[in-house]
Amino acid sequence: MIRLLQIEFIKLWNNRTSKILIISYFVLLTSIALVAAIKFDIGPVKFHLAEQGIFNFPYIWHFNSFVAAIFKLFLAIVIVSMMANEYSNKTIKQNLIDGLSKKEFILSKFLTVVSFALISTVFVFIVSLVLGLLYSDYNEIAIIFSDLEFILAFFVKLVGFFSFCLFLGILVKRSAFALGFLILWLILEQLVFGLLGWKVMSWETANQIKNFFPLESMSNLIKEPFTRLGAVKTVADQIGEKLSLDYHVQWYEILVVLVWTAVFVYFSYALLKRRDL
Amino acid sequence: MQTILSVNNLTKKFGALTAVKDLSFQIEKGNVYGILGPNGSGKSTTLGIVLNVVNRTSGTFSWFDGATSTHDALKKVGAIIERPNFYPYMTAVQNLKLVCKIKEVSDDKVEEKLELVGLLERKDSKFRTYSLGMKQRLAIASALLNDPEILILDEPTNGLDPQGIHQIREIIKKIASQGTTILLASHLLDEVEKVCSHVVILRKGEKLYSGRVDGMLASHGFFELKTSQEEALLKYLQGNASFGEIKVESGLITAFLREEMKAEDLNKALFEKEILLSHLVKRKESLEEQFLTLTKTQTN
Repeated sequence: MIRLLQIEFIKLWNNRTSKILIISYFVLLTSIALVAAIKFDIGPVKFHLAEQGIFNFPYIWHFNSFVAAIFKLFLAIVIVSMMANEYSNKTIKQNLIDGLSKKEFILSKFLTVVSFALISTVFVFIVSLVLGLLYSDYNEIAIIFSDLEFILAFFVKLVGFFSFCLFLGILVKRSAFALGFLILWLILEQLVFGLLGWKVMSWETANQIKNFFPLESMSNLIKEPFTRLGAVKTVADQIGEKLSLDYHVQWYEILVVLVWTAVFVYFSYALLKRRDL
Repeated sequence: MQTILSVNNLTKKFGALTAVKDLSFQIEKGNVYGILGPNGSGKSTTLGIVLNVVNRTSGTFSWFDGATSTHDALKKVGAIIERPNFYPYMTAVQNLKLVCKIKEVSDDKVEEKLELVGLLERKDSKFRTYSLGMKQRLAIASALLNDPEILILDEPTNGLDPQGIHQIREIIKKIASQGTTILLASHLLDEVEKVCSHVVILRKGEKLYSGRVDGMLASHGFFELKTSQEEALLKYLQGNASFGEIKVESGLITAFLREEMKAEDLNKALFEKEILLSHLVKRKESLEEQFLTLTKTQTN
């Protein structure tokens, strides 16, 4: 296992583009902390974002894991191209001839993806913990470590999304087209949802079905945290709008994403096995 | 003799096209083998199948008597297929170290192999800056990293200039002289003749000939003879200047001709010497001509 990871590491780290993208991704993850510095001080209006409660435990787990997930696109580029480049350089053929089995090849890519997700998760956990300790109004241990399921959801979400990228890389074999396909797929999911709700069934059922689509199920894992903010709630109450969204991560939502992950990894392998190189 | 690779009734179809048809042959340790055939005769496909990158339609193959799985066996094999494939953004040394990781061998031979192919001065240049000849030599170095039991080369001199061709051939000869088994696929008769001791000839995926190179190139044909008076016959054949190499295999005597001779004449001469034959066949081996006409009809 270590050997497979080392192989991928050599391939990635010696590629300047990948290296720059990976580094920028982690810099961006850390830069969430900069949100704390947002301060408006225009005469009577004093606004300090850090004091609006976004860094309060346990809300911060939700907020940060949601925001951090936006940056995953950077790694998506790295992952799609690390797969597609093996095809365009024909190095996949050489790897197999040199004695890597097809299973090992897919496993080495999947392990890399899991490592990316794991490192990101640890990163987000640490950044959130530090920010929270600095700015949170509540500092009881029990509160700090409550709602940690958002961090788990973040990890599962990344693994799922990156596995999808991996699959697209193998399927399409060209990084630019694979990324295009990713966007196409995103639109397609919304289109199918729209069609279902409009013509076939009620919007409610369509909404439920939508949550089983691959990309939708991933984004549905961590729901938007903004309407949970105290300030937003106050405003909503004032205009008489009731916000009753269940923010929590449900176990079956995690299961759906895990199933998709397994499907993508399996199909990547099946595709590679069937193909003549 | 140890069998390194045996291929049994291998068939590969690409849709309606049959690229390899019921092919069988064996590779024994210590020989230099050539797979000869015009472009599109199934050479690369056959190698692709035994190297695990092309799926077979039917038939079997086994490495080292089937004792290990194919991908583990490939760690003891060095192979170059068509074009040298490396990571363009990595240097020669980085690429070779990666191959060492894949083959699970230590990387202390990297410099030694680079020196063997004459690339030591350029070891820290990126692969994409190499000329085709250098790329091909790097591929050979990479294939040799694990001191393989067998080296497989698919058209190693394709697209190279005369100097590059010469360099590659010298390297191959050097490796062969060290006792490494080599399997060389080529459409150049001359190349196979110069380097190989055994040859398998393919046409449209079918095997035309397999055996020793010198057997293939006999142009006057040969007699296959059987008799109960073996000693007397051998004595006669050896004393006759018309015959070159004579082989005896389980009672069947094969006598290669040095000059033209009719079967009737031999039969008559032997009868006069009171040697009676139970089996007399004259065969003509015109594989070389066959091969040349084949390559002529498919020049592009």
